[in-house]
Amino acid sequence: MYYLKLIWTFFRIGILNEMAYRVNFYVQLLQSLLNLGTAIAGLAIVFSHTDTLGGWQAVDILALLGVFMFVGGVIGMVINPSMSQLMDDVLRGLFDYTLTKPCDAQFLASISQIRIWRLTDILLGAGVLIAALIYRGLDIGPREALAFAFVLCTGGSIIYSFWLMLATLTFWFLRIENILHIFQSMYEAGRWPIGIYPHWLRYILTFLVPVAFAITVPAEALSGRLTPESMVTSSLLCAILIAFSRWFWKRGLKNYSGASA
Amino acid sequence: MKHYTATYWAFFKTSLLEQFQYRVAMAIWMIGRILEPIIYLTVWTTVAHARGGSVGSYSPADFAAYYIVLMLVNQFTFSWIMHTYDFRIRQGELSNFLLKPIHPIHADIAENIAYKVMTAVIIFPTAILLYFLFEPNLAFHIQTFAVFLLALGIAFLMRFFIEWTLALVAFWTTRNEAINQMYFTLGLFLSGRIAPIDLLPGAIQTLADALPFRWAIAFPVELMLGRLSQEQILNGFTMQAVWLLAGFLLIQLTWRSGVKKYSAVGS
Repeated sequence: MYYLKLIWTFFRIGILNEMAYRVNFYVQLLQSLLNLGTAIAGLAIVFSHTDTLGGWQAVDILALLGVFMFVGGVIGMVINPSMSQLMDDVLRGLFDYTLTKPCDAQFLASISQIRIWRLTDILLGAGVLIAALIYRGLDIGPREALAFAFVLCTGGSIIYSFWLMLATLTFWFLRIENILHIFQSMYEAGRWPIGIYPHWLRYILTFLVPVAFAITVPAEALSGRLTPESMVTSSLLCAILIAFSRWFWKRGLKNYSGASA
Repeated sequence: MKHYTATYWAFFKTSLLEQFQYRVAMAIWMIGRILEPIIYLTVWTTVAHARGGSVGSYSPADFAAYYIVLMLVNQFTFSWIMHTYDFRIRQGELSNFLLKPIHPIHADIAENIAYKVMTAVIIFPTAILLYFLFEPNLAFHIQTFAVFLLALGIAFLMRFFIEWTLALVAFWTTRNEAINQMYFTLGLFLSGRIAPIDLLPGAIQTLADALPFRWAIAFPVELMLGRLSQEQILNGFTMQAVWLLAGFLLIQLTWRSGVKKYSAVGS
C-alpha cells in the first residue's frame, strides 16, 4: 500500500513537471502517430506481396505491433528515464539522497522519473491491440486473455530486470549511458515475430537482449499459438532474472562510494 | 585549393583524434544501422519463401545482396547533423564556428568523413560476416564499381547538403524533432530501406522519383547490383545532379538568413 502511494506520488510529480511544457504533448502525440502510421504502412507493403509472414496473418502482426508499442511506451515512460537518471545520479554523487530515504533504494530508483507523455504510446498500443482483436471477431476466450496477461507481466519483468542489471553496471563503470542504447536498437527487431529471424539473431533476441519474451510471446498468446514450453520458460526466466538482478543490485550498491561525499 | 586541402586535413585529423575517444559509444550507435537492413532482409526473405522463391524480380539471394549493399551505402552517406544543430545554436556553440574564416560546413564534412573512416573497421567486417551468413547474389565488376563509387560520392554530398539545410531550421525553431522524424519517415519508405522501390505501390514510386531520397540510397545500391539499364543510370545521375545543385543553393539561402537571426544565446 505504501509502495502504491509512492508510485502515485511520483506519477503526480511527473504530471506536474510536464504540465509546464504542454507543447511537448503535441510533439509526442505527433511522433507516436507518425510511428504508428509508418508501422502500419510498412505492414501494408509487406502484406501486399503475401498473405502470411512466418505463419502469422496480417491481423496477428497488427496485434503484435500493439504489444510492441505498449511495451515500448512503458519502457519509455518509466524504465528508460529512471535508469538513465540513476546512472546520472551515481556519476554525480546525487544517489546519496536516494539511499538516505526510508524506502528500498531499488524501488525508488526504478520509478524516480516518469515521462507521462509517453502514455500516448501506451494508449495507442492498447488501441491497436484491441482494434486487431475486434477485427478478428473477438475470438479469444478467458484462457487466452489470462495467458496473455500472465506472459505480458513475466515478459515485462524480464525486460525490467535486464534493464536494471545494465544500469547497475554503473556502480563499477561510471560512464556507460550508451549501454542502454544497445537495448533501444535491438528493441526495433521486436516489431516482427522473432520466429522469422535466423537462428543466431533469434538467440540474441531471446536470451542476450530478451525482446522475444516481452513482445512475441504475449502476441503468441493472443493468437492461440503459445506453447506451454514458452510459458514455462518465460516464468522461469522471469523468476531467475528478478532474483539475480536484485542480488546484482545489492553487490553494486556495496561498490557505491558517493562521488560527492 | 591548396588552402582547402590543408584545412580539410587539419579538420580531419582533429576529428579523428576526438572521435577516437568515443570509440565504444560509436560502435554501440552503429547497432541500429546494422540491424535495420538485417530485419527487412529477413522479412523479405520470409515473404519470398512463402511465395515459392521470389518477390518481383528479387530472390532471397538478391534481397541479401540488396540489403548488404544498402547497409554500406547508408553508412557512408548518412549524417547526424540534424540532431546536433539545435544544440549548437541553443548553447551558442555556433559562435566558435562563425569566428573561423571558413564556411562551417567544411568542418562538418571533414568530421563526417573522419567518422566514416574510423567506423570502416566495423562496417566492412560486418558486411563480410553478413556475406557468409546470407549468401548474396553479388557479382563484382570493376567498371560497375567505379561508377558506383561516383554515385556514392555524389549521394554523400547531396545528402549532406540537404540534411545540413534542414538542420539550419533550428535557427527559427528549437523544436526540430518533429521535422527530423518526418524526414526520417519519408526516407524509410522512399529511399528503399523498407523495401526495394520496385516493390512499393505505384503512387509511392512516383513520389520516390521526384524526391531526393531514392537517388541518395536506392540508386547507388541498384547500380552496384547491376539492376539498372544504361538509360536508368543516366537518369539517376541527372537526378543526383539536380538535387546536389538544389541542396547547394538551399544552403546559401538558409545559411545567410539564418545567421542574421542567430543571437548567440549563452555567450
